[in-house]
Amino acid sequence: MATNFTTTLAAIETDFETESGLDIDVVSGSTGKLYAQIINGAPYDVFLAADQARPEHLIANGHAAPASRFTYAIGKLALWSPTDPEVSANTLTAPETVRLALANPDLAPYGLAAVQLLERLDLDTQLRSKFVFGENVGQAFAFVSTGNAQLGFVSVAQVLTLPETRKGSVWLVPPQLHDPIAQDAVLLTRGADNPTARAFLAYLKSDAAHEIIRRSGYESE
Amino acid sequence: MPDLSALWLTARLAFVTTLVLLIIGTPLAWWLAQTRSRLKPAIEAIVALPLVLPPTVLGFYLLIAMSPNSVLGGFWLQATGDTLSFSFAGLVIGSAIYSFPFMIQPLQAAFEGPVKQAMQTAASLRAAPLDAFVSVAMPMSARGFITAIVLSFAHTLGEFGVVLMVGGNIPDRTRVASIEIYEHVETLNYADAHTLSLILLIVSFLTLLSVFVFNRKFPAHVRL
Repeated sequence: MATNFTTTLAAIETDFETESGLDIDVVSGSTGKLYAQIINGAPYDVFLAADQARPEHLIANGHAAPASRFTYAIGKLALWSPTDPEVSANTLTAPETVRLALANPDLAPYGLAAVQLLERLDLDTQLRSKFVFGENVGQAFAFVSTGNAQLGFVSVAQVLTLPETRKGSVWLVPPQLHDPIAQDAVLLTRGADNPTARAFLAYLKSDAAHEIIRRSGYESE
Repeated sequence: MPDLSALWLTARLAFVTTLVLLIIGTPLAWWLAQTRSRLKPAIEAIVALPLVLPPTVLGFYLLIAMSPNSVLGGFWLQATGDTLSFSFAGLVIGSAIYSFPFMIQPLQAAFEGPVKQAMQTAASLRAAPLDAFVSVAMPMSARGFITAIVLSFAHTLGEFGVVLMVGGNIPDRTRVASIEIYEHVETLNYADAHTLSLILLIVSFLTLLSVFVFNRKFPAHVRL
C-alpha cells in the first residue's frame, strides 16, 4: 500500500476485519519500492498503489490479474502552510516563501500534479529555485511541518490528520488544474486464489469503504 | 549515460567536509591524545556515536536544528537569506558530524605513543609548542593523517541517509550521487543506476587502495 494512504487504510482495515472476521496484514512503502519488491517476488496478495501506471505495468508483465484493476481513491492536492492563516495561490510568490516543498514528480503522483499545476499557472520557471523535493508526499509534508519549508504541496488527507491548532490553512487546488491523482488497486498473481484478498478488494468497492475514503480527504468513484 | 553533475557535487562535498574535519579534528584529536581529564571517555564516546547511530536519528535532529524555527536555522536564514536545510552548507555540517569518528580516531591513535616522548624532547630543547607540533608531531603522524583524510573522504562519498532527510534533492546543490542512484532505482532506470554505482564503486576502491599502498610504503611512526 502506498504510504499516503496509511491512516485511511488503518480505518478501513479495522472496519473490514470487524465486518468480515478476516485478518489482513498491511505493508506500506513508496509505490516504486513496492513495485520493485513485487516483481522480485515479494509475498503480497493485493497492491494499493498511489498511481495507475505501476498497477498497469504489473498487469502487463503478468504479476497481477488483468480484470482486477480499479481506482479506489482519487487524491486531492492542497497547498499548505501551518503558520499562514490565509494560504492562496498568491502565497506561492510571497517573499516569505523561501522554500516550497513538493514530492519528487518523478516518483510521486502528488509531486507530478503539483508541477502540472505550476505549469498551468505559468509559475514553474519562476519558482524552480525555491523547490525542495520530498521522496514522497509524506516527506514533503514533514519538510513543511518542521518549518524547513514555509509552504508545500501535500495531500488533503494529510492535513486532515492534524490537530486543529497545527492545521494552519490550505488552498484547495482546483482538480481541473492537474491530471487526476487516481490511485489504483490490483489483485496480484499470488493472491488470485486467496479468498481474503478477494473479499478485501470487494469491500474496498463498498459504500462503507467509500464513506471512510471520502471522510479521510479523498474522492472515490 | 546519466547526468554526471551529481558525482561532481559528491566529490566537492567530500572534499570540503574533509577539509573542515581536518581543521576541527586535529586540535581535538591532539587534546584527546594528551589529556588526563576525567571527561575523556565521555568525549570519546560522543565522537564515536555516528558509527552506531542510524543516519535517520542524525537526519531527524538536523532537520529540527536547521529549521528556520530553531535558533541555528533562524540565524542562518537571517544572515544568508537561505535556509540551512536543503543547502550545500547544511550538507557539509551533516557530513562533518557523520564522518567525525573517521577523522578523529586515526589521528588520536597517531598522536599517542612515541609522538608524545618526541614532543617532550622537543620541549626540553626549547622548541615552541606549535613549532614542535609542525616539525615533529606532524611528520611522525603522517600515516595517521593520510588514513584519517582518506577515510573521511571515502565515508562522505558513501553518505546517504542524512542527505536524504535534510537535502531536499536539489540538482547541483544537494542531489549527491547516492541520492541520484536511489532515484534511478525507484524509477526503474536500472541502466543509469548501474553506471553511477559502478563509478562510485571504482572511485571508492581506488581511494581506499591508496591508503593501503601508502601504509605499506610508510610504516607507522617514522623515526626522525
